[in-house]
Amino acid sequence: MNWHGITAIYRFEMARTWRTLMQSIASPVLSTSLYFIVFGTAIGSRMGSIDGISYGAFIIPGLLMLSLLSESISNASFGIFFPKFSGTIYEVLSAPVSPFEIVAGYVGAAATKSVLLGLLILATARIFVDYSIVHPLWTLLFLLLTAVTFSLFGFIIGIWAEDFQQLQLIPLMVVTPLTFLGGAFYSISMLPEPWQTLTLFNPVVYLISGLRWAFYGFADVNLALSLGMTAFFLIACLATVSWIFKRGYRIRS
Amino acid sequence: MGTIIEIQQLSKTYANDFRALKGISLSIRRGEILALLGPNGAGKTTLISIVCGIVNPSGGQIRVDGFDINRDYRAARSKIGLVPQELATDSFESVWATVAFSRGLFGKPPDPAYLQRLLQQLSLWDKRDARIMALSGGMKRRVMIAKALSHEPEILFLDEPTAGVDVELRQDMWAMVRELRERGVTIILTTHYIEEAEEMADRIGVINHGELILVDDKAALMTKLGRKELRLHLQQPLASIPEPLHPYRLQQEEDNQVLVYHFDAQQQSAIAELLKQMARHDIEIRDLHTRESSLEEIFVNLVRKPR
Ligand SMILES: Nc1ncnc2c1ncn2[C@@H]1O[C@H](COP(=O)(O)OP(=O)(O)O)[C@@H](O)[C@H]1O
Ligand SMILES: [Mg+2]
Repeated sequence: MNWHGITAIYRFEMARTWRTLMQSIASPVLSTSLYFIVFGTAIGSRMGSIDGISYGAFIIPGLLMLSLLSESISNASFGIFFPKFSGTIYEVLSAPVSPFEIVAGYVGAAATKSVLLGLLILATARIFVDYSIVHPLWTLLFLLLTAVTFSLFGFIIGIWAEDFQQLQLIPLMVVTPLTFLGGAFYSISMLPEPWQTLTLFNPVVYLISGLRWAFYGFADVNLALSLGMTAFFLIACLATVSWIFKRGYRIRS
Repeated sequence: MGTIIEIQQLSKTYANDFRALKGISLSIRRGEILALLGPNGAGKTTLISIVCGIVNPSGGQIRVDGFDINRDYRAARSKIGLVPQELATDSFESVWATVAFSRGLFGKPPDPAYLQRLLQQLSLWDKRDARIMALSGGMKRRVMIAKALSHEPEILFLDEPTAGVDVELRQDMWAMVRELRERGVTIILTTHYIEEAEEMADRIGVINHGELILVDDKAALMTKLGRKELRLHLQQPLASIPEPLHPYRLQQEEDNQVLVYHFDAQQQSAIAELLKQMARHDIEIRDLHTRESSLEEIFVNLVRKPR
């Protein structure tokens, strides 16, 4: 195991985070705060509570998931796309690091950043909404699993993308809509059929539902199903990444 | 001594079906400076990139110090440092950070004292905290050299290291190459500047159209292929060359005042005979000198040769 190699990549990526502190931390925190002000405080005060939870508190897991997904994807995809774009990837390819070590460095850093950001958003939410977490350890587990899974997903996108437009295509066209429609702002039981059944094909539903269970002890779908789906995405991403490295897909000509 | 890199039947076909390398076999000796010469598109960068792990080979085998580059890639790659042809550096990182990154990436524990010496040697020490994007092109190239040497490699690849580089950096670079060789580092460089190969290399390989045309000691190459030229300045212009001198295929130049004789290294004894013949025909010589063809001329002859 090339520990120095993993550490080098990890620290390089984290240094990028601190250097771009404004856009990497401040802007997601700011935009989430805006959501809380608009949906939690302004509109939420006119909404009834859902399952005994005030609307402002109800949307926290969904909003957290929204930031977590988009930040994990954009951090990890940019982290590997940029060296490809600038040509500095040659060094990583020529180094005695295994695919696993490369992924550990890049994805580890992106996931770390997302989890830190998630915790920061939770702290920020506290300013606007009063809430308490029923299962803090499960919350942390879901945050970690989601951050790692979607950083892996972002890594795949970063390798697949050939230009900046493609880099932003999937987060913008796929992930954000799925998150909004995945029950971030409502309980899916509030949807009429056939939308309720259709929604069950949206993978993000399980992530949000799992996190909401960790927060408040109830959820749209069964906990085991949420955990199973999250694990399934994780394994699917891992399988794709190892396929990529085995084939050299878009990395080595 | 012995072999440090063994390349066998290496071939590469890119995704667009272009055959960039057509079965190259080459042994690189431990501690030597090997210059790879070849026109643009010959396959030099492809060859280097495969050895370094950046491009996948289509066929063949490569061993670095006995380690297969696929099976034992860790051992193989950790011995190699590469300065690629294209200038590709980080932008926002400091010089120090990027060089320390390279060392870690190659699996070496931090060694600030070594990195300090390296940066000093490359005149980068004053710039260690500067952002790379604020550096000039020449300085960036120095940074790439520092990165390649950051993990104390036994083998250094320099892909066209002096293309578009100023005189000062070129001289520094050659001084450094010589010093590395003193320390036993094997150096493989590609260059368009044939004088450089001539000046620096122990052996020279010529690649064209994805094939290794030849590889030989520089001196042997010179004698084997070196064409010499004898220029004879005459007292009086010579209207026509007498019949018995025709086999020498002399050329007349400078208003028939100069006769030029081309000969190979093996034909040196013919000169005495030529001079005797000339004396017999009362052709008086005012002055004469010989000239060896440069490596450049050898090289041009080689790649022009229809294959
Ligand atoms: N990624 C690639 N895809 C297709 N063709 C390539 C690729 N890289 C290089 N080539 C082609 O392979 C040939 C050899 O290129 P290269 O190894 O860079 O030559 P050199 O370094 O000797 O100038 C060139 O004709 C080049 O166009
Ligand atoms: Mg080249």
